[in-house]
Amino acid sequence: MAERAAETTTETAQAAYATGGEYVQHHLGFLTYGKYPDGHWGIAHTTEDAAAMGFWSINLDTMGISLVLGVLFVWFFAKVCRGATSGVPSGVQNFVEIMVEFVQNSVKTSFTGKSDFVAPLALTVFCWILLMNLMDLIPVDIIPLAAQLIAGNEHLYFKAVPTTDVNITIGLSMGVFLLILYYSFKNKGVGGFFGEFAFQPFGVWLMPVNLIMEVPAFLAKPVSLALRLFGNLFAGEVIFLVIGLLGYWQFLLHFPWAVFHLLIIPLQAYLFMMLTIVYLNQACQHH
Amino acid sequence: MNLNATIIGQIFAFFLFAWFCQAIVWPPVVRAMEERRKKIADGLDAADRASHDLERAQERVAEQLRDAKANSAGIIDQANKRASQIIEEAKEKAREEAGRIKAGAQAEIDQQVNQAREQLRQQVATLAVAGAEKILERAVDQNAHADLLRKLAASL
Repeated sequence: MAERAAETTTETAQAAYATGGEYVQHHLGFLTYGKYPDGHWGIAHTTEDAAAMGFWSINLDTMGISLVLGVLFVWFFAKVCRGATSGVPSGVQNFVEIMVEFVQNSVKTSFTGKSDFVAPLALTVFCWILLMNLMDLIPVDIIPLAAQLIAGNEHLYFKAVPTTDVNITIGLSMGVFLLILYYSFKNKGVGGFFGEFAFQPFGVWLMPVNLIMEVPAFLAKPVSLALRLFGNLFAGEVIFLVIGLLGYWQFLLHFPWAVFHLLIIPLQAYLFMMLTIVYLNQACQHH
Repeated sequence: MNLNATIIGQIFAFFLFAWFCQAIVWPPVVRAMEERRKKIADGLDAADRASHDLERAQERVAEQLRDAKANSAGIIDQANKRASQIIEEAKEKAREEAGRIKAGAQAEIDQQVNQAREQLRQQVATLAVAGAEKILERAVDQNAHADLLRKLAASL
């Protein structure tokens, strides 16, 4: 079913673009809302327009889907948890409890500090990123085409997978980064926190060397966190797009790539969650 | 691939959802799981206690059974002893009774023998007197010789 939908949408999509390159490029554009250089606010019609809007613009598509999926996660879990019984759990409650227990165990084994926030945070990060990644399994043309039909504009940019937008992954990792800073200052104090950069690993007298080694290592945490997730999902998305260009051959290739991607999707969500826990654990440890 | 304010929006969303999760999702489900864990632990405890109780009850039953057996053996012993005692007593009584009856009978027999002997003696005296009368014909006066005759009867 999904394959056939992908096929028909691909045919119409291909009809709308002159070359395969244009097709892929169009699928990588965003529905960006911002201020044009001439002063009026609106949706960018080309990637050049979007680039000209500078920092103070927002990707309505990825941001919107990210919010929808986040609300979906909170709504579903809250709904199940409100009716949670300590008796025999229902099917959905069982599912929620499995997720919660899985996250709890991960936090218990990796996080030695004391915080009531880390476990719910890890659950949110895992489920939210998992949902965003799962958008990748929806055939690449369905959501953009639906958006184009609704908007009545067949050149509308619409990106359906939030984690293939580097802004979204950087936003997530910046959130984690801010928490790392918060926990570091809270648990180590300002002196202790900066001391970790200045006095390790070579002692006070080699402070410049220490700083050169430690500061980039610290800053690399959020960057690597964001780029790992983005890179994996973006690559998967591009390959889906390229497969979509192959005409009837895509029947053969979509399925194996989707199966392979089925491994990547939870793996990346899990990695992001585990690294978040580990980084926050480091922020809570005293040296 | 330009960076824009989506980052800031995503940071806000990140904290918002994490906070929602901590405030709304986490407490009830963790509480429910904790409660269930306690319930299960309590249930297992209760089962343990019950099996302990059962063991103790079985021990008590066995002990009581043993006691009852010992008691009943004692009672039977006592009863046997009492029975043999009663038999002994009855035998004793019977023997005494028999002795008494025998003695009574002996006394009666003795008395009757004496009586019979007395009667026989008198009859013999009378017979002797009659014989002597016949032998002597009027020679003997019954009145004059009564004294003599009585003496003769006594010596028989």
